[in-house]
Amino acid sequence: MALIAMITGFLLILIGLYGALSNRNILRMIVAFSVANTGVNMVLVAVGYMKGRTAPILDEAVPAAEAASRIIDPVPQALVLTAIVIGVGVTALMLAYAYKLYEKKGSLDISEHTELKW
Amino acid sequence: MIKRLTLLLLLAGIGSLFAGLVLTYVPDETLNLTASYYAERTAEDLGAANIVTAIIVTYRGLDTLGEVTVLFLTAAIVGLVLSHTRGRSQSTGRAQDNTASEDGVTPTPATRRELPPTGELLTTGTRLLLPLILLFGAYVFSHGHLTPGGGFQGGAILASAMLLLLLSNPARRFGHRLITIVESTAGVAFVLIGILGILLAGGFLDNRILPTGTFGELFSAGAIPLIYTLVGLKVGAEFSSMLVSLSETEEL
Repeated sequence: MALIAMITGFLLILIGLYGALSNRNILRMIVAFSVANTGVNMVLVAVGYMKGRTAPILDEAVPAAEAASRIIDPVPQALVLTAIVIGVGVTALMLAYAYKLYEKKGSLDISEHTELKW
Repeated sequence: MIKRLTLLLLLAGIGSLFAGLVLTYVPDETLNLTASYYAERTAEDLGAANIVTAIIVTYRGLDTLGEVTVLFLTAAIVGLVLSHTRGRSQSTGRAQDNTASEDGVTPTPATRRELPPTGELLTTGTRLLLPLILLFGAYVFSHGHLTPGGGFQGGAILASAMLLLLLSNPARRFGHRLITIVESTAGVAFVLIGILGILLAGGFLDNRILPTGTFGELFSAGAIPLIYTLVGLKVGAEFSSMLVSLSETEEL
């Protein structure tokens, strides 16, 4: 189960990289980066998964005394929560800059924006 | 052609690195030292049922403060980058209006685009769903220490209510003042609670400034529900401000 999630995550990273490198439209590149970002998050969550264990939330089914042997690793989940939020921020910034670029050149084609090319 | 070939070669290289990682991956059988500390001590020390929340708000509370700061900076930069645009397009619009009135020519349709009507479903749906979405967002961030969820998720749900409002009427303009007040008050209160932790309990952002209460109840886990409510309001306000900034770039 964790292996499927991990392979899917790595595939999403590869798809995202392919999309970001092969497309010339800036909006498509932003979408591709979001896909790759999702893949990274999936891999991280999959690393924290342990077979036969449950979510790190204590209740009647998982009393605090047995928690250490019943729950999966909570640290990657906390890490991914942070990563998702920061990913949203990065996407918002990319969209804002894409708008600026469009406004300047009237085009979202990356080959029109040659200021940083050498 | 040669470009595509290089790209495929690069991806094949990275893919083989990933394949190596997957094939040699051995899942842990037991929790590592940090994770088992969190698993064993959270209920006793902090009184929070959701261990992920306990890690984010208390054990690694300083990182969360940093994360909220990053989000604040993002919202501020999006606002800054797009505000120049807004100012310029408004001033050019006004200049065109002036020339138009002087010459007696109506403004070109390109500057004032007529929006198609939103439609009955979206308008009525927005009216029906908006209070429910806001209630659900508040539920998610106030129960972050008991159930899956928390300030960031609840804040995102609050902002989705804002998105629905913008979808139902793209020409709607929101006051930035309310968003700014909510955002900055929540941020200041978050830091103040953190400093109270130094004065009254074990350290910065310690949640035991309030009694930890009965395990599993809403008013338990010390300051965690309070902090997560503030984070929820702050994140909701920041996402809303990003949405509003992005939507205001549309020339209407």
